[in-house]
Amino acid sequence: MPNQGDDAGNIIYMNAILLSAIWGIIMMFSGIVTSSKTVIRNTAIIGLALLLIGNYADMMGYHLAKIEVHKMLYFDTFGLLGNSIAFASTLLLVLLSGRDMEKVGPNLAEYFALIFFVLCGVSLVTTFNSLLMLFLGIEIISIPLYILTGSDKKNLKSNEAALKYFLLGSFSTGLMLLGIAFLYGASPFGSFAVDELWTPKPAVSPLLLSGILLLLISMSFKVSAAPFHFWTPDVYDGAPTVFTSFMATIVKVSIFIGFIRLFDEGFGQGAAQWQIFVAIITAATLFIGNITAVFQQSVKRMLAYSSIAQAGFMLLGLLSLTGIAKQGIILYAAAYSLATIGIFAILLRMKDYTFEGFNGLAKRQPLLAATCTIFLLSLAGIPLTGGFFAKYYMLMSVVSTGKYIWLVIFAVLCAAVSVYYYFRVIQAMYFKDGDGGTEAEPSAGFKGLLVLLAVLIVVLGVFPQALLHQLTSMIYTW
Amino acid sequence: MIPVLLILIPLVTGLAGFFLKNAGTARGWSLLSSLVTLVISLWGLTLAKDSPLLHADVAWLPDLGSRFSVGMDGLSTILSLLTAVSFPLIFVATWRDSYRGKSWNFYALMLLSQAGLMGVFLATDALLFYFFWELALIPVYFLCSQWGGERRIAVTFKFFIYTFVGSLLMLVGLLLIYSKTPDHSFSMKSFYAMRSVISSKDQVWLFWLLFTAFAIKMPIWPLHTWQPDTYEQSPNATTMVLSAVMVKMGLFGVIRWLAPVLPVGTWAWGDTVSGACIIGMIYASLVAIKQDDLKRLIAYSSIAHVGLMCLAIFATTESGMQGVMIQMFNHGINILGMWIVVDLIERQTGTRKISQLGGLAQKAPVLAILLVVVALANVALPLTNAFIGEFLLFSGVFTSTATQFSVVFTVVAGLSIILSAVYTLNMIQRVFYGNTNTLTAQVTDIKFNEKVVLVAIVGLILFVGVYPKPMLDLTKETAEFILSKMNYKL
Repeated sequence: MPNQGDDAGNIIYMNAILLSAIWGIIMMFSGIVTSSKTVIRNTAIIGLALLLIGNYADMMGYHLAKIEVHKMLYFDTFGLLGNSIAFASTLLLVLLSGRDMEKVGPNLAEYFALIFFVLCGVSLVTTFNSLLMLFLGIEIISIPLYILTGSDKKNLKSNEAALKYFLLGSFSTGLMLLGIAFLYGASPFGSFAVDELWTPKPAVSPLLLSGILLLLISMSFKVSAAPFHFWTPDVYDGAPTVFTSFMATIVKVSIFIGFIRLFDEGFGQGAAQWQIFVAIITAATLFIGNITAVFQQSVKRMLAYSSIAQAGFMLLGLLSLTGIAKQGIILYAAAYSLATIGIFAILLRMKDYTFEGFNGLAKRQPLLAATCTIFLLSLAGIPLTGGFFAKYYMLMSVVSTGKYIWLVIFAVLCAAVSVYYYFRVIQAMYFKDGDGGTEAEPSAGFKGLLVLLAVLIVVLGVFPQALLHQLTSMIYTW
Repeated sequence: MIPVLLILIPLVTGLAGFFLKNAGTARGWSLLSSLVTLVISLWGLTLAKDSPLLHADVAWLPDLGSRFSVGMDGLSTILSLLTAVSFPLIFVATWRDSYRGKSWNFYALMLLSQAGLMGVFLATDALLFYFFWELALIPVYFLCSQWGGERRIAVTFKFFIYTFVGSLLMLVGLLLIYSKTPDHSFSMKSFYAMRSVISSKDQVWLFWLLFTAFAIKMPIWPLHTWQPDTYEQSPNATTMVLSAVMVKMGLFGVIRWLAPVLPVGTWAWGDTVSGACIIGMIYASLVAIKQDDLKRLIAYSSIAHVGLMCLAIFATTESGMQGVMIQMFNHGINILGMWIVVDLIERQTGTRKISQLGGLAQKAPVLAILLVVVALANVALPLTNAFIGEFLLFSGVFTSTATQFSVVFTVVAGLSIILSAVYTLNMIQRVFYGNTNTLTAQVTDIKFNEKVVLVAIVGLILFVGVYPKPMLDLTKETAEFILSKMNYKL
């Protein structure tokens, strides 16, 4: 493939970045040109489809423009595949829940504009090669998210969530900047490029190590890893549900891809120095996410904690940083995003967000219940769903390194705990009687999309290589 | 070819079953499907051992070193046969049971669980085995939670969590073994070569990752606490699947995926596990004596019987190993017979309490005769199939050189057989003899479909009891092969 060569760092594969930025501006102005919500929504859908095609064209070697990037960005299959997953998930999210976005408030065009700006940040984070680009990407993601969280302006919880998110988020950004400054100071070449950060000296300077730790903490904050997760439940709960779905899936997994990229390219050689910190964060994330999720009464809040727990599993990939881990994180991103978007789409249509609200759903909406079951089984990691292989790759990646076996065993025990809260929803839907139901009869298109999501998850669960095929051929030469 | 069909037929017919939307059609459909499976399974028996029809191997996940590879040796033949025989018998025996709500889903899920079980027994690739191991569980979870007794949701959940924890630990164990294989393969052949690759020290702790899953499934004391509740609360047809076929997954797992792969670990923990087995046997037998609920009584008796089989595996002798393979089949058939009788009694009288029953033999003489044969098989009387099996088991345990406590194990295990006679005969006496009461006065004798099933079961019991040679021939080679792999001295 053309983007494998040495020139990947120089020639620009910027379709996604350009398109998302331009389309974000188009969306902003679309609100002035038309007041028809259907037109605005369809413009956004076209934009997302274009973005997906543009990113695919990047992978195939067709580019809109050639710009010299001076190794600030590096376009490889790992990052581009991560982009594809983010764009495809957003497209599915908008198709499924676009109508629910209209209910949040009157500024539909602006919401879509902000989403496109987030996606622009996502494509920077997945393909950065310089710490500056990483910082820029993270900020471009974060600032629109603060606004989206508070977009339900008349809701006190939404306002509180936005403020909390903003205050804590800026604090972690500060830490990140400090870390970057330390790393720059410690860099032997005086460079921000990630592949030039590591000093091949036997003794690691305290400056370098504290830089790494500061970056670890700030990135952990962004992916809601414990003990930096305290903002997550409140923000996810307070934000309008449709944006929670966006944050918990697309944003989170893209930052994860950047996270892995940073530590693999930048500090991979010195893994022994920082691995123990990652291991502790992983164990804490798995434990806190899973145990706290058990006690939730609201499905939305449960999903917030479950997203912390799932992040714990993804951190296993950060711990091992093998080829398997990189394949696994891509698969995890896809399987987790698809399932979570599906559940949130169903949740959005429910009258009642508590577990009781799902009682007897299988009788009233058998198709919704059946697809929701597949999504939940996938999150729990049951075979025949994408979630199984996602977890499988993560566990395998750590096992293959031969270290941290205790963490693997701890992780599977936590996965067993997760069955408890995922299956509570299944129990409510199928085995309990009640008047749980949707607000209005879902359209045939909505149901069709849910079936499509479920089929995709099952396909990933039987042939995970359908997605990973491109990656496997080159990941080891990376 | 044949193993693929054995998995695919129940899988496809089961998935199709969800769309039948009619209870009667679904019932007929599932019976038809299970009969076709049975015919194919019997066809497999007639073929020569090296027939290419008995194996299939297709590329599945090349990057992960896993192939869709299935095959039939003596062990998998006998257990797939048990699965194939059980399901039509269950469907016919519970023909008159009705299920609330969308009952076609019940039959569809039953067929799916059959597909999962077939996959477990036929897989010759460890990852595929794990896949099916989990897949067999999911339909059963829905069956029990949807159509079970009053406390079904909590009880089934306990069962699910229990087995899920076990299987996840097993997954880690399989991954660890896989990561050490030189050719990065999940195939049975590569796993069987691991005995010399994995150090004895590692084998000793790896053993528990795998054995926990199998011990929960069997179940072995003290991991048995899910079982009586689950058997009691499940719908009868599902209880039959659970106890006749599903508990064999645990024993099968030890024979196929644990003992030959980690022989040193197996040997090192042999006495510990055997000790747990005999404690469980005595404990379960004593508890069974005190039970008033028929289903709980049979559940505890099952723990005792499975404990004996597990004990024999760890004895590492040829007669013990052959005995386990044969007794897995026999126990499945016998306990199926017991459940069918319980199902009949419960449907007619509405109760399973032994204290509320009595005098059934006067009202249902045919049933009484058939039950007595099944019950005698349960206590392993000569001329019944279980006698052959348990005789081999006991001689295997007694002659074992893998442990120095073989005499103790044999004696204590023998005690549990005496206890099993106590509770079984006591149960027959109190349920079938004595005076009738208001509940049992209206009981009629068994109907045609039940007669067919019970006669078939009694026929099998007596046939294997009198002429065990085909079974012995079938298992001999596999038992020798497994034992050669289990030899810890090499």
